[in-house]
Amino acid sequence: MVDDFAMFDEWLDKYEYIIGLGKNLEAFPEEKKTEDRLISGCQSRVWLDCEPRDGKLWFTADSDAIITKGIISLLISVYSGRTAKEIAEDDFAFVSEIGLSENLSPTRANGLSSMIATIKKTASEYAGQ
Amino acid sequence: MTVKELRKQFPGLDREVYGKPLIYLDNAATSQRCLGVIDAQADSAAHHNGNTHRSVYALAAEATRAYESARERVAQFIGATSSEEIVFTSGTTASINLVASSFGGKFIGPGDEIIIAESEHHSDIIPWQLLSERKGFKIVVLPVEDSGKLRVDTLKGLINAKTKLVCAAQVSNVLGLVNPLSEIISIAHSQGVPVLVDGAQGVVHRKISVKDLDCDFYAFSGHKMYAATGIGVLYAKKSILEQMPPYMGGGEMIGDVSWEGSTYADVPYKFEAGTPNINSVPTFVPAINLLEDIWASETALEIAEIKKYVYDALSSDERIVLRGTTENLEEKVPLFSFSVNGVHHEDLALVLDKMGIAVRSGHMCAQPLMKRFGVTGMLRASFAPYNTLEEAKTFIKSLNKAIELLQ
Repeated sequence: MVDDFAMFDEWLDKYEYIIGLGKNLEAFPEEKKTEDRLISGCQSRVWLDCEPRDGKLWFTADSDAIITKGIISLLISVYSGRTAKEIAEDDFAFVSEIGLSENLSPTRANGLSSMIATIKKTASEYAGQ
Repeated sequence: MTVKELRKQFPGLDREVYGKPLIYLDNAATSQRCLGVIDAQADSAAHHNGNTHRSVYALAAEATRAYESARERVAQFIGATSSEEIVFTSGTTASINLVASSFGGKFIGPGDEIIIAESEHHSDIIPWQLLSERKGFKIVVLPVEDSGKLRVDTLKGLINAKTKLVCAAQVSNVLGLVNPLSEIISIAHSQGVPVLVDGAQGVVHRKISVKDLDCDFYAFSGHKMYAATGIGVLYAKKSILEQMPPYMGGGEMIGDVSWEGSTYADVPYKFEAGTPNINSVPTFVPAINLLEDIWASETALEIAEIKKYVYDALSSDERIVLRGTTENLEEKVPLFSFSVNGVHHEDLALVLDKMGIAVRSGHMCAQPLMKRFGVTGMLRASFAPYNTLEEAKTFIKSLNKAIELLQ
C-alpha cells in the first residue's frame, strides 16, 4: 500500500480528506437537483440549496464529482448556521488560509470561486430582504 | 530520428510539475512547440518584422517572402493545386466561420439543408447554427453508431435537392476515429453537394492530399501541429473561393476603394483583411518539415505501439467505457476518450494532474456527442509522437491508482 501510494505525497492527505467529506455529505434529495439550483462555472454539476431558519441560513448541496462535493461540503459546513448579513460580508479568507485555492487547478479554482460567489450572492439576496 | 532525439526538440516537455516529470497527454488540445517553430517566430519578430504586402522596403519584402513561402509550403503539404487555394486565418474555428459567413451567406438560403456529422466539434456546429438563425435553413445530423463510427450508410438518404453542404471532420476530437472521407465525399459529390472537412485533429496524424480526396474545403490549425498559436488555414478549391464574397473588410484585401463602392483583391488575399499574423505564419514551415521527418522516421513505429498498448489496456478494463472503438486500429489515431464507472472525469483529471499527467476532462466542445452517449463529459488522453511507451505505461498505472482512490 505504501509503495502503491509512493506517487502520491502531501497533496494526497488533502484530497483524501476532501474525498471523505464528499462521501459523508448528507444526501441531497433528487427532486432538488434542478437547473435553478445548479452553480454555473464548474466543470462538474454542483447543486446548492439554501433555507432560512431562525434568522440564519442553512445550506445543503451535492455534486456528481466527489472532489467538488467535498469542497462544497466544506464551504457549507463553514457557512451554514450563520446570518445572511454575516455571510454576505465575509471575505472567505479561510479558503486560502487552509490552502484550498493553491491546491486546485485553475479550472477547479474557477469552480471554487463560482461556489463562493453563489453562496455570497444567495446570502446577499436574503440580507436584502 | 528516435523518440529521445525528437523530445530534445520540444523544450516544453522537459520540465516537472509538482516535483514529478511532466507527462503531456493533451496533444489534441494543443501540441507542444518545437525549437524550429520557437526560433522561426523569434527570428521573424527580431529580424524581419515589417508589414506584409504593403511596402517596398527590405524588411517588408523579407516578411512578405517568409509569409508567402509558408503559403507555398502549406499548399504542397496538403496537396493543393496551387497556393492561391490557401487562405491564412487564426485557426480552424476562424476558417469554418469564414466558410459559413461567406459561402453559407451566399449559397445557403431559407428552406435549404446542410448535413453535419454528430461527432463534430462545436467549431463545426455553432457557425452553422448562427447562420441558420439568420437564414432559416435546416441542420440535418449524420448520426454515429454506438462504437462512434459515422453511419455513412445513412448519408445518401439524408441528401436531397435542398442539401447545400456536408460537414465532417477527418478525425473526431473525441473519438479519434478516422472518418471515411473518400466515401462521404463521393456520395455527396454524386448529388452535387460540396463537402467541408475539419482537419484540425487529422492533419497532424495523417498525410493528406486535398486534390486526391477532392474535398471542397479543408480547415486546420497550426497549434495542434507544433506550429505557433493563432494561425490556421482554410483550403478551398479555387473555383469556389472565386465565387465567395469577402468575409471581413479591411486593409490589403481590396482592388480599388471609393465611396461609390469597392472592388476586391484576387483570392486568397480578399479573405485576408488586416495585418496578418506576420511573425507566426512562417512557423508553418519548420512545423511541417518536422512533421514530415517524423512520419518518415522510426518514431512512427513507437507511436503505433503506444496506440495499441493504450487501446488494449483501456478496452480490456471492465471499469472503463472507451468511446471510439474499432477492430482496425489503422482507423484510429492515438486519442482515447472514456468514462470510468462510478468515477467523475473531473476527479480523475485532478488526481492525474497531481501525478504529473496532463489529460483533458469535460465535454471537449462536443456536447451533442456527449448527449448521444448519455454523459456530461469524458476523460481524454491524446498522444503525440514525442510521447514514449514508458509514459503510456505510467499513465495506465496512474489511472488505476486514481480510480482506486476515488472509488
